[in-house]
Amino acid sequence: MSIYDLIFYLFAAITVLSALMVVSSDNIVRSAFYLLATFFGVSGLYVLLGADFVAVTQIMVYIGGILILLLFGVMLTSNITNVEIKKGMKNVIPAIVGIGIFLAATISMMTNTNWKTQPGEIPQTTSFELGKLLITDYVLVFELLGILLLIALIGAASMARKEQE
Amino acid sequence: MQNYLTEIFGNELVAEITVYVLNTIPVLAFIVLFVLFAVWLERKVSAHMQDRLGPMRVGWHGVLQTVADFLKLVQKEDIVADANDKALFNIAPFLVFVATLATYTMLPFTSIFVGSNADVGIFLVLALSGAVVAGILMAGWASNNKYSLYGSLRAAAQIVSYEIPTALVVLTMIMVYGTMNLGDVTEAQTSYFWNWGIFGGAGLGLGKFLLVPFMFVAFIILFISTLAESNRTPFDLPESESELVAGFNTEYSGIKFSMFFLAEFANMFLIGSILVIFFFGGYNSPFGYFGNLIGVDWLIPIEQLFWFIGKGMFFVFISMWLRWTLPRVRVDQLMTICWKYLIPYAFFNLLIVGLILLI
Repeated sequence: MSIYDLIFYLFAAITVLSALMVVSSDNIVRSAFYLLATFFGVSGLYVLLGADFVAVTQIMVYIGGILILLLFGVMLTSNITNVEIKKGMKNVIPAIVGIGIFLAATISMMTNTNWKTQPGEIPQTTSFELGKLLITDYVLVFELLGILLLIALIGAASMARKEQE
Repeated sequence: MQNYLTEIFGNELVAEITVYVLNTIPVLAFIVLFVLFAVWLERKVSAHMQDRLGPMRVGWHGVLQTVADFLKLVQKEDIVADANDKALFNIAPFLVFVATLATYTMLPFTSIFVGSNADVGIFLVLALSGAVVAGILMAGWASNNKYSLYGSLRAAAQIVSYEIPTALVVLTMIMVYGTMNLGDVTEAQTSYFWNWGIFGGAGLGLGKFLLVPFMFVAFIILFISTLAESNRTPFDLPESESELVAGFNTEYSGIKFSMFFLAEFANMFLIGSILVIFFFGGYNSPFGYFGNLIGVDWLIPIEQLFWFIGKGMFFVFISMWLRWTLPRVRVDQLMTICWKYLIPYAFFNLLIVGLILLI
């Protein structure tokens, strides 16, 4: 077992366990903070796959942006901690059957497929290549996404203004 | 070193882990030593600006005062109130400190010592300073105290807002240097001081001279916005003592409080070193190396360390100077500075620098 395997299992455990805690926690603020660990674990997995830029973007967008927005929403909503979160067991047998079938299908697919593998070559840097692709092959998608974000931004600003008047 | 450790432990895996752990020790030691020095310096600077002497008793002119204070702080009782959310309350200081420590791995202290020569460099620094916000919100929420919560919400709003001008200026700098790796950025400004970013970079010709005023604008914007991101006066609304007791760390005591303290001072040097790397040549000496002159190679990294820390300390000193000079801004002024002035200027600066780089 090399150190990369060890780190992989560490990050995988963080991701899965904290994701489990997100759905099973009673306290909605705690759930939001468990989500922090999930996002962090996923970004660690990206690093191990050699996608350094995507990993940092994951931290930037999900932890620095979406999670903070979520926390603000949760914290500034009055009485949110008193909301009863529905938990517990219901329809246990159908759920187990469904999950069992899905699991069996996934495992059989995983073992029976003839995967085409080649020795892993960790790309040294991805940001340069990513930037080049975005401005050449995928320039239309890139520009359209930019326009979409601009529309969303202007829409958000105008909605915020209207409320003030 | 890894081979040597493998012989000792008889196991490659353990040796490899040990190497990774040992690699972080110089950075951690630097932060602790720097904070001990910076706290003393802050008290001395404030004292002399107010015509006092400051700490004088412990050691020469009180240099050991912070060591004594730290020992006192460590001995204090670790108070966790009943109504606190215990798990989050205990994790938050470590989350804040670890995220700050992780940004230090990206800094090129000398040409031979960089914690991690990752290509994403400055982008990771920005991302992790966003992750610190989550730790601050966690501390404010878990304290179960309205002052702490207000403090942490203010801190989060402030850091998130000022991240935009910071990111815009950093984008401009990435365009100028063509890389996000801080080590490469520093290497682009090698040799004499006219190659530094603030003097238009290493290129020669018309572009260099056209860039100078816009690099200066970028420097001012980055200085103001990073100062606001580190929650220092005049932007210290998150912990304004007259309104919020002490902000998000009101409920903390002992070692956990000192974790926040370490992170705050570590942030001061971090913003200083980011400014130094982008605009003042990083570890490069302004007039060539003494080691080159007398032909002693091992002297060069030591000189580089001296220049890096020296320049970084200069900006730490300036932020202390500002703290004891300027009054605190109001919340609406804080947002006006960010959204109405810094962001439009940073955008125009980005456009103009882009045009200059094209010609």
